[in-house]
Amino acid sequence: MNPAAPAPRSAPVYALVGNPNCGKSTLFNALTGLKQKVGNYPGVTVERKVGTAYTQHGQPLTLIDLPGAYSLAARSPDEAVTRDVLLGRRTDTPTPDRIICIADATNLERNLYLVHQILDLGRPVILVLNMMDLAAQAGLTVRADHLSRQLGIPVIPCEAAHGKGLIELKLALSRPDLPLPRHAWDIPAALAPAVSELQASLSAQDRKAPLVARAEALLLLTDPDPVRVAGSTPLSAATTRILETWKQRWAGDGTDCSGTLVAARYDAIGRLARETIVPPASGAHATDADATLALSDRIDAVATHPVWGWLIFAAIMATMFLGIFTLAEIPMGWIESLMGWASDHVSALLPPGDFHNLIIDGALAGVGGVIIFLPQILILFFFIGLLESTGYMARAAFIMDRVMSRVGLNGKSFIPLLSSYACAIPGIMAARTIEEPKDRLATILVAPFMSCSARLPVYLLLIAALVSSNEVPLGTQVGLLLLMYFLGTAGAFAFAWLFKKTLLRGAPPLMIMELPPYRLPRLRDVAWQMWERAAVFVKRAGTVILALAIVLWFLANFPKPPAAAEGKPPVDALAHSFAGRAGHALEPLIAPLGFDWRIGIGLIQSFAAREVFNSSMSVVFAVEQGGDEAATRAHLRDALRTARRPDGTPLFTPLVCLSLMVFYVFAMQCISTIAVVKRETAVWKWPLFQLAYMTGTAWLACFVLYQAGRALGF
Amino acid sequence: MNLAQLPAGTSAAIQACPQAGPAFTRLREMGLLPGTRVTLVRVAPLGDPIEIQVRGYRLSLRKSEAAQIELAPEPPTT
Repeated sequence: MNPAAPAPRSAPVYALVGNPNCGKSTLFNALTGLKQKVGNYPGVTVERKVGTAYTQHGQPLTLIDLPGAYSLAARSPDEAVTRDVLLGRRTDTPTPDRIICIADATNLERNLYLVHQILDLGRPVILVLNMMDLAAQAGLTVRADHLSRQLGIPVIPCEAAHGKGLIELKLALSRPDLPLPRHAWDIPAALAPAVSELQASLSAQDRKAPLVARAEALLLLTDPDPVRVAGSTPLSAATTRILETWKQRWAGDGTDCSGTLVAARYDAIGRLARETIVPPASGAHATDADATLALSDRIDAVATHPVWGWLIFAAIMATMFLGIFTLAEIPMGWIESLMGWASDHVSALLPPGDFHNLIIDGALAGVGGVIIFLPQILILFFFIGLLESTGYMARAAFIMDRVMSRVGLNGKSFIPLLSSYACAIPGIMAARTIEEPKDRLATILVAPFMSCSARLPVYLLLIAALVSSNEVPLGTQVGLLLLMYFLGTAGAFAFAWLFKKTLLRGAPPLMIMELPPYRLPRLRDVAWQMWERAAVFVKRAGTVILALAIVLWFLANFPKPPAAAEGKPPVDALAHSFAGRAGHALEPLIAPLGFDWRIGIGLIQSFAAREVFNSSMSVVFAVEQGGDEAATRAHLRDALRTARRPDGTPLFTPLVCLSLMVFYVFAMQCISTIAVVKRETAVWKWPLFQLAYMTGTAWLACFVLYQAGRALGF
Repeated sequence: MNLAQLPAGTSAAIQACPQAGPAFTRLREMGLLPGTRVTLVRVAPLGDPIEIQVRGYRLSLRKSEAAQIELAPEPPTT
């Protein structure tokens, strides 16, 4: 046996399925180690994880980690992928030969619901009972052998977090003769004829395999929405007719097909669970894992307390926010010096010229612009991983839900929006934790309104230019900054509300969320998630950011000014470039906001990153460089104050400064955000819509502000 | 009485769940069926949503959904 041999094409395909919060990712990581690939299912924004695992005898196998699901009657895009892969509907993913189900032994009854549905598929199944240690702590005796006999499949007790039970699982994976489940449960008599009729039609008219047809028939009777069940494989007219006929008949005699079916499953599961789980001698209820919940309850009595709960929440959020905001600055400084060092070295190697500038100012600056985000992404996902794996994430959503529901979102939108104050990029990536696709999209669309750290230098420069004294009074500075943060936040909530009322209107917002017991975090899984997010960002968004950075460089440097301009200040070269011309072309559009073409250049260059406005202004107004940072800043401020329009009036009046700040609050001016939104929504439509509506809002707000200010005589 | 009215810390058995509505298929699949005992564990600090215990695990849902889940009247405890 040679475990290093590449997996042959014929390697069996296993799917790993389970409820959320049952330790599925931990098991997947334990089985595949570093041999996994993360991508996206084409057409949907669901993460696709596939890895190579080895049986105890060294045979390779392909393991697909399917998204966590509570039921095959899918409600979210994640669950739909799980259902579609298991039913063999996705052409991009092989139908699994065998299925590994993982269930939380401390919460067996509800976990067995999905297992029960999967057993219907008639494929070989291995059931892993995870968290056996916690079940033992709770005093539960789990008779895995009994469950195995009842279901006719291997049932493997496991503690994925401690690597226990993995050998037994890998031995089961080695078995060439995995038995088919002996899964007989009584479909309620009232529904049985409908199930057989639908099954026959699905297999004859819709060309489904017999067992898949049966599973689909059961799903059609569970979920009242047949279009949602059918998904990418619409039902044939014949099947739809049969379903309609039965539903009319049941409506007549008052049969609740879905309720009857689910109740029948839970009856069967309840029996299994009662026989499998032996409660502690003193326990009164067979299935109440009271002891596991006792500690969690004591924590929750504080963590969701009307006073302490908010204090803890505020403390955790403040730590997380400060972590992204300030802690990230240290490695970001290193990255900047590293990029500076790299560009110095490369600079020395290349002869001066356009190629030199392309490499230094285009490509290297673009690479720097990508990796500069990594510290924030890593820190945010460290906290998110910690909050998720301990179980606090669900509590944060629980206590924030009421607030977020006012604008039509749910509690899970809070962390992505909060993170966006530091940077919209990790914030938008964190929106993955929101299952409901419309809530998630609304969150992504409004997240960049939160004033991110890149806007801060622009605000500070404009505030300095706005007041007449050399020292900005602290009150003015803080007051104006808070006003900008408030404007952005209000914009985000207003648009979230608007989108949920119009564009993204759908089923009323739901908040059906499991509150898993508190657990100690698994640092290895947290680190793994951080690494995965960072890799995904660099690979998927990084390439787009790099390409756009090079385009921006090109726009600011070409065409070249005529030779006569040799030795003239760089502002003339910039004015001659595409960016300069675009600034001029933009002038009629931005003049009503109080901006001229020179500010227009700054706005265009800000697309690389908003803080580029400051360096862009230094070039435009030919600010002398040198001295320390504070001196450069003061020079730039003075240059803005003395800048004149052609008619001699000052360009940066207080009203123009204010208008410009408001523009930076609302406008979408960040190619990196655009790239990440594209990556997270899978289509170009949404980032482009976001670019249009945010920049439109900015224009309108500035127009109203500037024109009203002028009318009032400012 | 419905689930939204259940005082914190008390339990009751579910009598009826609405048949239709987007939330209720899922709530049934999560184990909230007629006859199932539920305990209202706590209400969120701002009054909504609520946390219940059902089939040995904890679930949160909004009061708007909970209000449509009817509970069986409890025999008076003496």
